[in-house]
Amino acid sequence: MSWSLLFFILIGAVSVAAAVGVVSSRQPIHSALYLLMHFVTLAVLYITLDAQFLAAIQVIIYAGGIVILILFVIMLIGSNPVPGDPSIQTWGPFVGLGLGLVLLGSMVYTVMLAFDGVPAAPVGLVGGEPKAVGLTLFSQYVLPIQMVAVLLLVALIGALLVARRPKTDVKTTRSREAAAD
Amino acid sequence: MTSVNPYLALSAIIFLIGAAGVLTRRNALIIFMCVEMMLNSVNLTLVALSYQWGNLNGHIFVFMIMAVAAAEVAVGLAILIAHQRHTNSTNIDDINLLKW
Repeated sequence: MSWSLLFFILIGAVSVAAAVGVVSSRQPIHSALYLLMHFVTLAVLYITLDAQFLAAIQVIIYAGGIVILILFVIMLIGSNPVPGDPSIQTWGPFVGLGLGLVLLGSMVYTVMLAFDGVPAAPVGLVGGEPKAVGLTLFSQYVLPIQMVAVLLLVALIGALLVARRPKTDVKTTRSREAAAD
Repeated sequence: MTSVNPYLALSAIIFLIGAAGVLTRRNALIIFMCVEMMLNSVNLTLVALSYQWGNLNGHIFVFMIMAVAAAEVAVGLAILIAHQRHTNSTNIDDINLLKW
C-alpha cells in the first residue's frame, strides 16, 4: 500500500466522519463546525488531485464565507433543537436506509471499477495552478464568468430584499419620539 | 496515487450521506448544510475526473458551482430568516405557506 493511498484513506475517513457529524448533530452549531472540518478535508483532497487553486478557493469561499454566513444565521435565529413530530414517524426511514445502502453499494461497486487499467493523462495536470486556470477562465469562458457576476449581484440584492424587515416594523427615532409625545 | 477510483467512491459516499441528511432532518439550517455537502461531493467528482483526463474544464465547472452555491446560500438563508420572523420556527414541517 503506497503512502499516497494511506494518506487518502486517512483524509477520506476524517471527511466521512465529519459528514456523518453534520447529519447526526442535535445542535445546528455543531453541524456547522463539522461542516467546516469537512470542507477543509476536501481542500486537502483537491491538493492531492493537483488542483491547488481550487483548494485555496474552497477554503476561502466555503470555510471562510459560507460557514461564517451559516453561523451568523444560527446566531440570529437561535439554535433550539427542533422537536420531531411523533405522528409522522413510521417505518419509512428504515426502508429508506435499506434502499440507500443498496444504492451506495451499487454506486461504489460501479465506480471502483470505472477507471481500472485506464492510465492517467500523460502530461499530468499542470493547470491546477492559478495562472492556467485564470487563462482558461478569461479566454474560453469569458461569457459564463460574466453571467456568474450578474448572478451574484442579483443574489445579493435578492437576499437584501427578502431578509429586510417590513417597513411598518422598523422603529425609527422619529416615530419613537412621536409615540412619546 | 494514479487511480481516481477511490475519489469517485468517496464522493458517492458523501453524496449519499448528504442526501440522507436532507431527507431525514427537520431543521432547515441542517438541511442547508447537507445540500452544501452534496454540492461539494459533486465538486470532488469533477476535480478527480479533471485530473484523470488532464483537462481544465472540470476546474472551471467547479468554480461556477461554487459561485452558484454562494448565491443559493445567501438567498436561502434570507428566506429562512424572513420565515422565522413570521412563525418563530425553523422546523421544515412548518414551512407550508404555499401548500394549498
